[in-house]
Amino acid sequence: MNPALPSPIAPVMTEACFALTLALLFLAPLAIAGVALINTGLGRSRSAAQALLGNLAIVAVTAIVFTLIGATWVGASGGASHTFQLAGKSWNWLGAGPLLLGGLGSAPPQAQLALLFEFLAVAMAALVPWGSGADRWRLTAGCAAAAILAAIVFPLAAHWIWADGWLAQLGVNFGLGAGFLDGGGAATVHVLGGFSALAVIWIAGPRKGKFPKEGLATALPGHNAVYVLFGCLLALVGWLAWNVAGAVLWLHAPLAALPVTAVNTLLTASGALAATFAVTRIRFGKPDASLCANGWLAGLVASSACAGVLVPGQALFVGLVTGIATPLMVELLELALSIDDPSGAITVHAAGGLWGLLAAGLFASQPGQLVAQLVGIATLLGIVLPLVYLLFWLLNRVLPFRVDPDGERIGMDLHELGGGAYPEFVIHRDESYR
Amino acid sequence: MKYAGLFVLPAGFFLSIAALILFPSPAPRAAFVLCGLAVEALGVAVAVRGHMEARGGSRS
Repeated sequence: MNPALPSPIAPVMTEACFALTLALLFLAPLAIAGVALINTGLGRSRSAAQALLGNLAIVAVTAIVFTLIGATWVGASGGASHTFQLAGKSWNWLGAGPLLLGGLGSAPPQAQLALLFEFLAVAMAALVPWGSGADRWRLTAGCAAAAILAAIVFPLAAHWIWADGWLAQLGVNFGLGAGFLDGGGAATVHVLGGFSALAVIWIAGPRKGKFPKEGLATALPGHNAVYVLFGCLLALVGWLAWNVAGAVLWLHAPLAALPVTAVNTLLTASGALAATFAVTRIRFGKPDASLCANGWLAGLVASSACAGVLVPGQALFVGLVTGIATPLMVELLELALSIDDPSGAITVHAAGGLWGLLAAGLFASQPGQLVAQLVGIATLLGIVLPLVYLLFWLLNRVLPFRVDPDGERIGMDLHELGGGAYPEFVIHRDESYR
Repeated sequence: MKYAGLFVLPAGFFLSIAALILFPSPAPRAAFVLCGLAVEALGVAVAVRGHMEARGGSRS
């Protein structure tokens, strides 16, 4: 039996549950810190300060824009919303919450916690593409893209999935299980972020020298494996908090089901790391630290979708599949499809999230849950990806994403900030610019 | 070609939504939703193919 069969009706939140969820949400930013470190470590040393400042700036921009615009459109579960009638059903497509977080102090405790969760979620979603645009994406353009995500795209997805939107109502309206399930933000955060990363890569293009005129793609390894691996450990703490808080808020899980959610999170990540370790050991003769980090993170992302609804054996299976697929997909994207993704966000966040969402349907005991998950995935692919690409394409016309060739040559730190992250280091000349 | 692929994606989405409305019974509904996803997969493949062609023309 699944540990936490999602309940369509939110129970009244006890004070203990409120305090626990609030404490968890104070730990959840460690996931953001982990991803920020990973983004920075996987970039080059001459862009490290710009990368980390960008992470910080994006968190700030999303908080401000989400307060000004996004939170209104997300709305709240049971709150005001915009609907239309089609085929005898009510389709709830946009929230109509109060402007500028009005009345937040007097809102029900669960609504306040949901809003805090959404602040963290939108920041994380906007951080994901930043790592993929490393070493060539301008800081101002990155912040503007984050503002677009916080104002338009994230609110739509979050309302549909978390605030009684039409995807959440698939169970009530069409008898599809408990509706689309996304307890930890696999769809609203990671798939959205991963698709944004793909849009950024398509628009900005690869780093100079990545794909030479002749021969295979050039390896441009990250500059600091310690940042990357320590980021993975930090992310685990954040993810445990994130998934458990999400299970309380979005799956209405009872307290007794929360330890299983945490165990599933750990098992999915562990299975993914073990599988990636084995695959890279077999393929390259030695385990690859960067790909192992990608596998670990992809496992955490997959757990975001399904940790609250699986049993531990299933969670381990989901992790193993994630870990096998991750290094193969990273290689496929780079070598076969000419996609230069320094942080591996498309594989880790988009593919990992989609697989987790599918697994939540595959292992669900409720009839129709798999179809609900498939409809959600179809929505992410059919609406979110084209919408993000269109908005970013328009933004690129106004505020070009890509730094000029000179900036790329000297590094983003010197070009955009006027100083490097490691001023006492001598940065050697890059062979690819000869 | 990339844009053609991106235009195909919403078509797959609307196919999936049509499945919900048109087919009350589970089997045809699931089949139609899968068809929608297959159309989306085709759209992604076309978009990626378009990206590869564009990159082939501008390798640095």
